Formats: sequence, C-alpha cells, structure tokens
Amino acid sequence: MTDDSEYTSDEMMTVAASRALRDGAVCFVGIGLPSTAANLARRTHAENLVLIYESGTIGAKPDRLPLSIGDGVLADTAVSVVGVPEIFNYWLQPGRIDVGFLGAAQLDRFGNINTTVIGGDYRNPGVRLPGAGGAPEIAASCREVVVVVRQTARAFVDRVDFVTSFGFGSGPGEREKLGLTGAGPQLVITDLGVLRPDPRTCELVLVQLHPGVEVETVRERTGWDLKLADDLGRTEPPTDRELAVLRALKH
Amino acid sequence: MATIAPLAEAVAHVVRDGDTVAFEGFTHLIPFAAGHEVIRQGRRDLTLVRMTPDVLYDQLIGAGCARKLVFSWGGNPGVGSLHRFRDAVQHGWPNPLELEEHSHAGMANRYVAAASGLPFAVMRGYTGTDLPAQTANIKSVTCPFTGEVLTAVAALSLDAAVVHAQRADRQGNVQLWGITGVQKEAVLAATRSLVTVEEIVDELEPRPGAVVLPSWVIDYVAEAPGGAHPSYAHDYSVRDNDFYLAWDEISRDRDKFAQWLESVA
Repeated sequence: MTDDSEYTSDEMMTVAASRALRDGAVCFVGIGLPSTAANLARRTHAENLVLIYESGTIGAKPDRLPLSIGDGVLADTAVSVVGVPEIFNYWLQPGRIDVGFLGAAQLDRFGNINTTVIGGDYRNPGVRLPGAGGAPEIAASCREVVVVVRQTARAFVDRVDFVTSFGFGSGPGEREKLGLTGAGPQLVITDLGVLRPDPRTCELVLVQLHPGVEVETVRERTGWDLKLADDLGRTEPPTDRELAVLRALKH
Repeated sequence: MATIAPLAEAVAHVVRDGDTVAFEGFTHLIPFAAGHEVIRQGRRDLTLVRMTPDVLYDQLIGAGCARKLVFSWGGNPGVGSLHRFRDAVQHGWPNPLELEEHSHAGMANRYVAAASGLPFAVMRGYTGTDLPAQTANIKSVTCPFTGEVLTAVAALSLDAAVVHAQRADRQGNVQLWGITGVQKEAVLAATRSLVTVEEIVDELEPRPGAVVLPSWVIDYVAEAPGGAHPSYAHDYSVRDNDFYLAWDEISRDRDKFAQWLESVA
C-alpha cells in the first residue's frame, strides 16, 4: 500500500475508474480520462478488456496513450478498423457494447450529461462547449454507462443547462418510457469518491469516499443535497503497481 | 474521370463562395493543405460541414471563410477548446457563425442518406436529449412494419467534399486506409469533389482495409505531399501532437492568430 501523499487525486480517480472495468468487457471509450483509465485496466486486472473508439477502431491495444481518438496507434493495434457510420450503426446501436465510458463538463443529480452550452441560452451561451460527439448514443445504447469527471460545484449541478446525453431525465421510469434499452449511468467516479444511482429514485448518491476525503468536501462540491449510502465505503488507495503502470502510460 | 490538377486550380474549381462544403477526416487524413488554399483564395459565406471540426475549421472560421457550421464535436482533440470557433460563436468575431449541431451517429447517418440518394436516414438516437429542439433536421418517424417510433435525420447533401488520401493512380482512382472515417460517404454525398493525395503512383497495390474511390466519382485529384499535416497520413506520416498543443496558444489570441494567418497567405 502507498501513503496518501504519494499520489494525486486525479491518479486516485483514474485508478478507481480502471477498477470499475471487468476483464473481458467490451468498452466504448471516450478520449481523455476514460481512455487513460481503460488503458490502465487493460494493463492491470483486465487484460482482455475490448476497447472500441468512435474512430472505428475495434479491439485497439495501444502501447502508449493516444492524444486523440484517431491516433494511428489505435488503427495499428486494432483487431478491425471500420468506418464511422459502421461503428455507430452496427456496433453501438444494437446494444452489443457492455460499458460506455464517458467524461462530462456538467452532470446532474439524475446523471444527465451536458457537453454543449453552459449559461445564457442555446443561441447566446455563456460558454460554448465542444458538443455531443458520440456521447448521446453511447449513453443510450451501451448496457451501462460509467462517467469519469472531476467533482466541482460548477460541474455537479442540480439540473444540467442542456441535456446532451440522457441519464435518467428527471427520475424513475423515464428511460423505459423512451424505449432506451441500456441501463444508463450506473457509476460516477470523481476525484473525491464514487456515486451510484439509487435504484428507487435514480438520484446519484455517494457510495464511496477516496482515502483522506471528507464527506463535507464532497457536499461542498455538489450542487444538490447529496445523499449518502447507508454503507458508505472507502476506496482502497492505489497500489504501487497501479501507480507505476499509470505513470508509465503517461510517459 | 477525375482531372489531375495542381492544388490551387483544383480548389478553385471545386470550392465556391456560398457552398456547403465538407473537409472530412476523423482526426486522420484531414485535408489541411486544401483548406489553407481555400483561405488563400479568400472564399466567403461557406457552410462548413464536418463531424469533428478541429484545428483546420478553427483556422477557416478565424479567417472569415465561414457563415455556418454543421458539426457534431468542435474541439481540439486531447487539448481543449477551439478558441477561434468560440470567439465567433460568443462574440461574432470576425463574423457571426450560425451553428447546426448533431451527434456523431446523427451526422454519420446524414452522410449515409445523402450518399445513398435517400432524403433521410433512420436511427435510434438523440432520445431524451435537448438536441432535436435546436434543428429542423432531426425528427421522429414511425416504422411502417412494427409501429415503433424512431429517429429520422435529414440527408446531408453537399455542394463540395474535400478529402485527403494516401495515394491515387494516374487515372485518378484513390486509395486510403487506416482510420477511414466518413470520407467515402462525404465524397458520394457531394456534387463536386476533390481528393488531395500524398502521392500519385502507377498502380494501386491492394492494402488491407483500404477504401478505394473510383476515378469516375471524383472531380479533381491533386498531389499534396504532407497535405494532412498536422494531422497524419497512415504509413506516410505521424500526427504532429505538438502542433495541436501549440495551436491552443496561437488561437487564444486574435493577434497571434493574425500572424499565423499571414504565414499561410
């Protein structure tokens, strides 16, 4: 075990996210934090994790972290490379993918994601974000969704300003009513802890704190009245091996 | 049959003021050289179409070539925001930019519909999101066989498509491989098309997973070695990630961007 001071909160987040991926799962990976965590998982406990990137690379095994979802190393190491219409229509849409692994600019208590605009209105936004990318259909069609995002009061809001990717809408039953087959966001991993939707209310509740993090800190960085799980747990700190592999990946 | 021509001549024939034009490439094979030629030729009022408008579109927008952007993800991949794009949307500089925004799956299906000669494509998508309310090009459709309500997206027909590929033969048949994105669909969705290539060869040797576009669906082919830089051409060059990182600083500042623009002109 490693002393708390020997790793950053971002490293804890990435390690916790990697542990959420089981060996053999098929995972549709977003770039940035999700890609880092997925590649860490493949090098530690989940050797047979299948990584799919929206650039059409199926079963990519990059030997270094790609900066973009279309780096050449993804095509070079993939089992198959298909066009973009095919990756969405044949591979994602029918529900073949186990886990959709997403980031978010803004996330709300029902797991809805905003990556479009913050503040103002749509035509005259306070901040213009990059937009949807593959996320709306990843969030809809994967069997489950894991979100990795740094926890700040600005990002964790009661209701997102714009629903780019649908979580649970405004509560229970909405996914079913809309005919969405995937289970939606089942896990949110931050630099402070882990949240899961309460199966009854669909509201995200804190189920796990990372080492050294206080509940108060998490509450301060959450824009709604955050509920705690009855059996609130503590994340195991990163092992030496997890840290070593993660740091090697980044170099 | 495609005409093989110098880049400037090919661009002048294919991209015209007011066009709806896609410079496609999904992080790979992005036609930067052709885009820079469009800037030099001073094209205006373009409706720029692309799934992933990144640095090239930031440059075209900052240079004042665009009136509207149709897209699904506008950022500098792995780096952050596109500051020229943001400046145009948030401050109307150098001119206002109208946006029409989709998801990747939606854009891909819109290209497929246009390439297939259909008015729309059917998909499962956008469900529960706020995106359909912002455009007339996403609606619902009822399946005539099952009664299920699905999403319909309008065909994305283009005046012009510009893509980059590894190579062409002397008849203008084009071959590209690696991450092939939506280049084939974009060319087939367009009235006019231009393919820039790393090299023109006597014969196209078969490559695993390659897309071949026959000469007779392409209008112009132009040789532009390194024409995808700072993006890359698989087996010819690697992505210049340092440039993408450096672009963040250039594009943040109007003056620095103006200096960059002079270097292109």
